[in-house]
Amino acid sequence: MSQSHRILGGQIDRTKTLRFTFDGLPYHGHPGDTLASALLANGVRLMGRSFKYHRPRGPLSAGSEEPNALVELRSGGRQEPNTRATVAELFDGLEAKSQNRWPSLRFDALAINDRLNAFFAAGFYYKTFMWPKSFWEKLYEPIIRRAAGLGSVSRAEDPDDYDKGFLHCELLVIGAGPAGLMAALTAGRAGKRVILADEDFRFGGRLNAETFAIGGASGADWASAATAELATMPNVRLLARTTILGAFDHGIYSAVERVSDHLAVPLAGKPRQVLWRIYAQRAILCGGATERPIAFENNDRPGIMLAGSLRAYANRWGVKAGERVAVFTNNDDGLLTASDLKAKGVEVVAVVDSRNGDEVINTSGWLGLTAINVRDRDGKTREIRVDALGVSGGWNPNVNIHSHHRSRPVWDASIAAFVPGADGPPGLLVAGAAAGVFSTHGALRTGRDAAMAALGLTGATDLPQAEDAPVRITPLWHVNHGKGRAWIDQQNDVTVKDIKLAQQENFISVEHMKRYTTLGMATDQGKTGNVIGLAIMAELTGRTIPQTGTTIYRPPYTPVALGALAGRSRGREFKPYRLTPSHHWAAEQKATFVEVGNWLRTQWVPKAGETEWRQSVDREVLATRRSVGICDVTTLGKIDIQGTDAGAFLDRVYANTFSTLSVGKCRYGLMLREDGIVFDDGTTARMGENEYVMTTTTANAVTVFRHLEFCRQCLWPDMDVQLISTTEAWAQFSVAGPNARKLLQKLVDQDIGDAAFPYMGAGNITVGGLRARLFRISFSGELAYEIAVPTRYGDALLREMLTQGAEFDPIVYGTEALGVMRIEKGHVAGGELNGQSTALNMGLGKMVSKKKDSIGMVLSQREGLSDPGGYRLVGVKPVDPKEKLTAGSHFLAVGAAPVAANDAGWLSSKVYSPHVGSDIALGYLKGGDAKIGTRMRAVNLVVGQDTLVDIVSPHFVDPEGERVRG
Amino acid sequence: MADLQAMTALGAHEPRSMVVGSLTVTERFDVALASVARRRGRDLTAAAAAAGVPLPGPARYQTQAPYSAFWVTPEMWFVEAPFASHEAIAGLLKGAFADAASITEQTDAWVIFDLAVPDAATSDLAAVLERLCNVDFRAVPDGHASRTVVDHLGCYLVKHGPGAARLYGPRSSAQSLLHAVEVAAISAL
Repeated sequence: MSQSHRILGGQIDRTKTLRFTFDGLPYHGHPGDTLASALLANGVRLMGRSFKYHRPRGPLSAGSEEPNALVELRSGGRQEPNTRATVAELFDGLEAKSQNRWPSLRFDALAINDRLNAFFAAGFYYKTFMWPKSFWEKLYEPIIRRAAGLGSVSRAEDPDDYDKGFLHCELLVIGAGPAGLMAALTAGRAGKRVILADEDFRFGGRLNAETFAIGGASGADWASAATAELATMPNVRLLARTTILGAFDHGIYSAVERVSDHLAVPLAGKPRQVLWRIYAQRAILCGGATERPIAFENNDRPGIMLAGSLRAYANRWGVKAGERVAVFTNNDDGLLTASDLKAKGVEVVAVVDSRNGDEVINTSGWLGLTAINVRDRDGKTREIRVDALGVSGGWNPNVNIHSHHRSRPVWDASIAAFVPGADGPPGLLVAGAAAGVFSTHGALRTGRDAAMAALGLTGATDLPQAEDAPVRITPLWHVNHGKGRAWIDQQNDVTVKDIKLAQQENFISVEHMKRYTTLGMATDQGKTGNVIGLAIMAELTGRTIPQTGTTIYRPPYTPVALGALAGRSRGREFKPYRLTPSHHWAAEQKATFVEVGNWLRTQWVPKAGETEWRQSVDREVLATRRSVGICDVTTLGKIDIQGTDAGAFLDRVYANTFSTLSVGKCRYGLMLREDGIVFDDGTTARMGENEYVMTTTTANAVTVFRHLEFCRQCLWPDMDVQLISTTEAWAQFSVAGPNARKLLQKLVDQDIGDAAFPYMGAGNITVGGLRARLFRISFSGELAYEIAVPTRYGDALLREMLTQGAEFDPIVYGTEALGVMRIEKGHVAGGELNGQSTALNMGLGKMVSKKKDSIGMVLSQREGLSDPGGYRLVGVKPVDPKEKLTAGSHFLAVGAAPVAANDAGWLSSKVYSPHVGSDIALGYLKGGDAKIGTRMRAVNLVVGQDTLVDIVSPHFVDPEGERVRG
Repeated sequence: MADLQAMTALGAHEPRSMVVGSLTVTERFDVALASVARRRGRDLTAAAAAAGVPLPGPARYQTQAPYSAFWVTPEMWFVEAPFASHEAIAGLLKGAFADAASITEQTDAWVIFDLAVPDAATSDLAAVLERLCNVDFRAVPDGHASRTVVDHLGCYLVKHGPGAARLYGPRSSAQSLLHAVEVAAISAL
């Protein structure tokens, strides 16, 4: 199709032609085009349908403030909905589709909503879908979601990568228009580290859209020269296609760089986008201003645009939006559109200046503007046939980022707009149009001055010559003539009537008005509509605009793809993995791994012929109890605690006593939270007079270390204690079973017989001369040791144990067998250490020493926590060994109804015990210590189980502890 | 008698090296590492001088062969030396500092990657690191040592020059960390 509306000039490369499609039809454009400029060049102005009424819409703007021209770009995994055609950079092969219409953009069945608009006034949903309540979720909401709406997602995985990164600078300049370029030049020439970011792919801002001269060159040429000079400076970083999304604490700004959005496919290995965190010592907001429309009847037809955008399409992209153009303005800037278009040879048939009393009161043309109705100061109306109308209601400085710390903008009557307030983010200055300084000279001057002020520079440089026209505006927010709907927020279909209704129903606070009417709640966040809305509310309530105020500005400045926020953290790379020292051996055995935090732990190690996990786990348990089993326990947290006060420190953080522990011994320790609830448990060994090694649960390794550091640094800074994690430094294996000692003795250089290395012994040993550690502790209830070597030797140690101990048929067991054996032995773990349970609940009440103070000791004695009839840890067995148990089931007395009042506790952990020959469980039962030997029911209403169970000792294996001491 | 063969953090018997564009990443398996923490009220100056162990100020790395050290937190340093001669580094340092310091072996708690680019492309290293961590690598001086986070992992980064850095990461996550460096380098270079 020909580019029927292309005119001379513009910053497009006419030597190259780009092919693209819109709703399946082929078009041509040029490098430098946006999708919107290229479509307009091809005479296409209908680009979308509105959110609620499905009104036909064309682009209102030529920038990121666009409310109407929202399209879906690309297809498959790269399909992206709600993309603004006005900022989508054209590339060869671009595939664009209109959205929110059915069956087609030109004929949209849901446009019936427009006829039914009387039903869809503000608050419609709140008033209509109140009853019956149950209809909301299943009926109303799905229908509304389908009818309203924006684009769709393909549900295919995005094939592209998104990066995150960190940048640092002395000065961040936000926006590369005349103010931003001048600020960057000033700082860059002074040798400062500068980042200049602009959301556009071409630096220059409005200079690209205007015909102003700067210092004898065109504004656009000056911008190109300034950009070229900045590009030569090693201290300046230029970030085009980069939107600053928000201002955060301590001079941190977030930005998204669209690295590959202008390409069909990113270059190999390159990201689609990068989310930058910018640490800026100082920043200057040079974000320019956004033009606002004037509300009048049917002001939303395709062909009606902001006057500055109409001019931008002509000047920057060489595109005329229509053959016969009119301008409706309340300020001098609108007049510029008329003169620029005339100079380009476009027929301007009317200039309607409200300051003369003339107004556009209505328009015609369903799929595109065909005529406007003008009412002159004498009240005479006439119809003028036009196919494009430029509207200018004045310009709003883009104060958003300056207001992200809740700074309220202040009203400047001289430009009829809000300008940045006094209390913006520390270190952030504002210059140019964003500060309400609209002339080119003013932008250059304030840009330079802001850079000098921000960086403490002296000796101002001369500025190039530029226009310095004053702002002449007489505010006009909406045209009073006309009975129909006049749009304020075009994306959310908010009209003047909706504001009136909100006022009538007393939603007059701007925050209420916003939520009642949905003004400013769409993807454009009301960039073109908000100020008109609140100005009309001010009028209706008899307040001033500053009294009415603005809503809160929040990041992000423009919509951000979720992919950019996720970065690399998706799929297999969602988080880093931690591999145990035995991982490679286990992988060779085709072991099953389970994620425990970031760790991949061996869950079980199948042998040939085993088809079901229970076979492997049962075998591992039985083999361990019969001979010897090895388990990688490296994941348990290990904390080295040294210093002359190490023992006293442990006495304070553990409920039981450690200062009296002999060197070469270890002890089970229970750590409480301040509120008396059990925090963690583990074994701590005294390796020297002033040296302990604490172990924690895998889950709490980091939390416990952080807690200890808090205690050391903040609670007791006078204690001589030094802490460091050694979790990763040692590969540690549990070797358990009656033959554990015999196996280990084959490797360990020292005598580890019962006399030399008794139960709960700990010490430094050697393995073939290699430094190692040995702890005689047991989680399984068997004779057991934990042996540790420097991590690099862990893999070899495991293989060596299996080889040298072959005569004992050693097996390697995983976390499942570990869980079975600890439950058989009655040890508490995750299910019992649930953040709600006390030592008393666990049957460990006596461990909380009253002879000393420790964290949690006092509060563990609270009445509610020391109830003799409270929960106690018990063992549970089904009376019929064939019956199954389920963790989470609740205890009920025999014959009691399954209601909360009869609830006696719950099953916290359950396994099948090959030793017992049935399911067994641990549980918390009210008064459980007195109920051992009785019968209860384990009831689970979710899975429909009601099982008669015996309440037994939690120690199913070796209750006397003879094996561990063997 | 067992003679255990060492395995690198990446699961091989020899350290790995990887090249992405101008960046070379080399796993260092020949470094012994220990923490030295001053005990309360003790002065380490004399002992450190006698043993030839540098104890630099905050955020600094210092070399005094065979030892090098960097500051990790108030009153604590990581001291490194060649593994071949100093595998028992913790014991050696305990001998030097006696009860004035708490010494803990850290050799295998960390995977160490040397990151290097040629002199002609020194800015490439900063370009990779800015996608990985918030250290202002371009601005900090040589010998800068910093605790930082790479791919959610707590790491130390030491700048040895504009085109040379050493990254210490948790050993168990060596593969994930290397992968993060690799994709950042592909992205940035």
